[in-house]
Amino acid sequence: MDDVAWTRTEMLGPEAPPASAVGIVGWMRANLFSTWLNVILTVAALGAIWLLASHIVPFFAHSVWNASSYSECREIVARTWGEGASGACLAVIRERWKQFFFGFYPADYYWRPTLAFILMFVALAPVLFSSLPRKMLWFSAIFPGVAYWLLWGGSIFFPIAIYLGFVAGYVAFRVAERGPSFLPPLAAAVVTIVWWLFIAGPLANLLPDIGLPAVQSKQFGGFMLSMTIGVTGIAFSLPLGVLLALGRRSDMLFVKWISVGFIEFIRGVPLITLLLVASFLLNIFMPPGTNFDIILRVIIMVTLFAAAYMAEVIRGGLAALPRGQYEGADSLGLNYWQATRLVIMPQALKISIPGIVNTFIGLFKDTTLVAIIGLLDPVGLITSIRANSAWNGIVWELYGFVGFMFFICCFGMSRYSQYLERRLRTDRH
Amino acid sequence: MHKGILLGAFAGMALAAGAASAGTLDDVKARGTLKCGVNAGLAGFAAPDASGRWEGFDVAYCRALAAAVLGDAEKVEFTPTTTETRFTALVSGEIDVLARNSTWTFTRDVDLKLDFIGVNYYDGQGFMVSKDLGVTSAKELDGATVCIQTGTTTELNLADFFKTNGMTYQPVPIQTEAEARQQFLGGACDAYTTDASGLAAARSGYPNPENYIILPEIISKEPLGPVVRHGDNQWADIGRWTFNALVSAEELGVTKANLDEMKGSQNPEIRRLLGVEGSLGKMFGLNDDWAYNAIKAGGNYGEIFAATIGEGTPSNLARGLNGQWTDGGLLYSPPFR
Repeated sequence: MDDVAWTRTEMLGPEAPPASAVGIVGWMRANLFSTWLNVILTVAALGAIWLLASHIVPFFAHSVWNASSYSECREIVARTWGEGASGACLAVIRERWKQFFFGFYPADYYWRPTLAFILMFVALAPVLFSSLPRKMLWFSAIFPGVAYWLLWGGSIFFPIAIYLGFVAGYVAFRVAERGPSFLPPLAAAVVTIVWWLFIAGPLANLLPDIGLPAVQSKQFGGFMLSMTIGVTGIAFSLPLGVLLALGRRSDMLFVKWISVGFIEFIRGVPLITLLLVASFLLNIFMPPGTNFDIILRVIIMVTLFAAAYMAEVIRGGLAALPRGQYEGADSLGLNYWQATRLVIMPQALKISIPGIVNTFIGLFKDTTLVAIIGLLDPVGLITSIRANSAWNGIVWELYGFVGFMFFICCFGMSRYSQYLERRLRTDRH
Repeated sequence: MHKGILLGAFAGMALAAGAASAGTLDDVKARGTLKCGVNAGLAGFAAPDASGRWEGFDVAYCRALAAAVLGDAEKVEFTPTTTETRFTALVSGEIDVLARNSTWTFTRDVDLKLDFIGVNYYDGQGFMVSKDLGVTSAKELDGATVCIQTGTTTELNLADFFKTNGMTYQPVPIQTEAEARQQFLGGACDAYTTDASGLAAARSGYPNPENYIILPEIISKEPLGPVVRHGDNQWADIGRWTFNALVSAEELGVTKANLDEMKGSQNPEIRRLLGVEGSLGKMFGLNDDWAYNAIKAGGNYGEIFAATIGEGTPSNLARGLNGQWTDGGLLYSPPFR
């Protein structure tokens, strides 16, 4: 016998894993059918998805874009897909999309809200993305005036006169800086308000009436109205919320009491109540003939409401900061405002991002409540459109469309906040 | 206006009761537009079309009033109002006149300090059932389930009606017309009750309107009419007589088409109505062609009715109580003299 021991000289190549453990089959075994409970859940979920899809897919697959009334839609669906078939009557969106976006805004001026909407992104960009040049922030600062002028029209000098109020306030701040520390903010506030109340109007009237044709608030509607209320509310509620949160933690008794009282009062009242107050009570308190714009009243109420919630969100962020941060800032010799601006707020705001965005999204969706007081936001418009004899009885398509548009906006905000959280993470480099 | 938006906010607080309101007529003339409160959406009565233009029975009255006062039927600003906001909007001066299918009742007239200037639509609560139910009278509804809007007078009327007739029913509470549609068509209730005009409008949107009937019994009185603020009699007169002019025009055979021809009519009442003879308009501060303009805006009462809610339109309402008194209806305009 030839005594040769067989020895392997090279390593065996790896075998392919069994077919049941790789690819789709393996993935399904691991994730969908690993245990009996899992199998049952998978089957049940598939059944539910099938049930939903079997209704929704034909509904959209049979959709009708060209029709002038709901009954015509139904006829077309019945003719094309047989009796009893369901189909989305998207013709109503096709006919009314302009109304959904612009409300009753004059058709010749549709470019104005559109331009304001585009400029809004230009103004937001440097705020949202820190890689952009800081000089763009100047545009962000003047954007509210530009947007106001584009939307409502009128003399260009009116927003300019309002902006000059800030300049006047700044001058007063610098002049008062030599006085005690409480004086500069006080002087700035007083001068600005006096300017707005007594100087801005006459000044704007004095200057020539150069500008765009005026559009009345009554003509606002649809998503444009939601955007106007929502964006203004979001932009103003954050700074107001920061001030209220600081006020609530302040050592100064009056400031503290006012902040606490304001926050607790506003939070204790439903938004609907505030809107009804804006729409009825203020009207009755005002002298007859006073022109206190309804949209402005609503914006003020929505902003105050959101600010109260914002204040509590930010107070949570402030409370989460370790004491050492405050002491560290003090030990550097920073005064209160410097410490707040440079050390405390950046950290507190970062902690509060999910809560802040949550409040923003809530605020934006709450703008649909204005339908209760007779403003024709998208939800209010649905009632009006359904009252039209051509579209009487249509439900799913309209509510679905409005819901979809709101989802896009809210989902966008949510994604941005996740991006921001990732970017601002400092615990891992 | 544009400056008023922000400044109004501040100035409004500073201004005490400075701008005491002159008469509504002077305000409207000075402003150049009529502010009219309408329903934010009620089929046939008020709804914006695709281009944002308001159309409907109540809207047509606003246009006629604007034409009478300002000479131009298009000079109206429509303010959509809800059931909750309508009277406050009127009392606070946000609107000059409210034409929003509002029922004239004692408390509204007296306690809320409103003035109803007439009845432009005599409505009443009715029942709608499916033909399959085999019911032809509301008296046969014993034991039925009824879809009913909660918190309205219709709810109370319903209870009274069934109690009076010794019958029982099962209420299915609903909030909106859209919900009523889902419940009623889904078979959750045998009968749906609300104002008869509302039933007709709702039915027109059903997949098979011919399968549903509105029962003949009308169980309540719902006189709907335009409203103005209490205390401005001149303005109330203008509103009332503009409406009467539309009714009289129908009675006298004056239509939008033959309006100019009728100016040469020998009938003295037509001549007074159209301002050819006498000077009625001047008596309440308008031009003498006020009624001419009002009728020109959308035609007489009958023409407006036919174009917005009458037979042949989706609402398909018969004139019934809303016919001229000469035809057995309740429309009876005082004479123009």
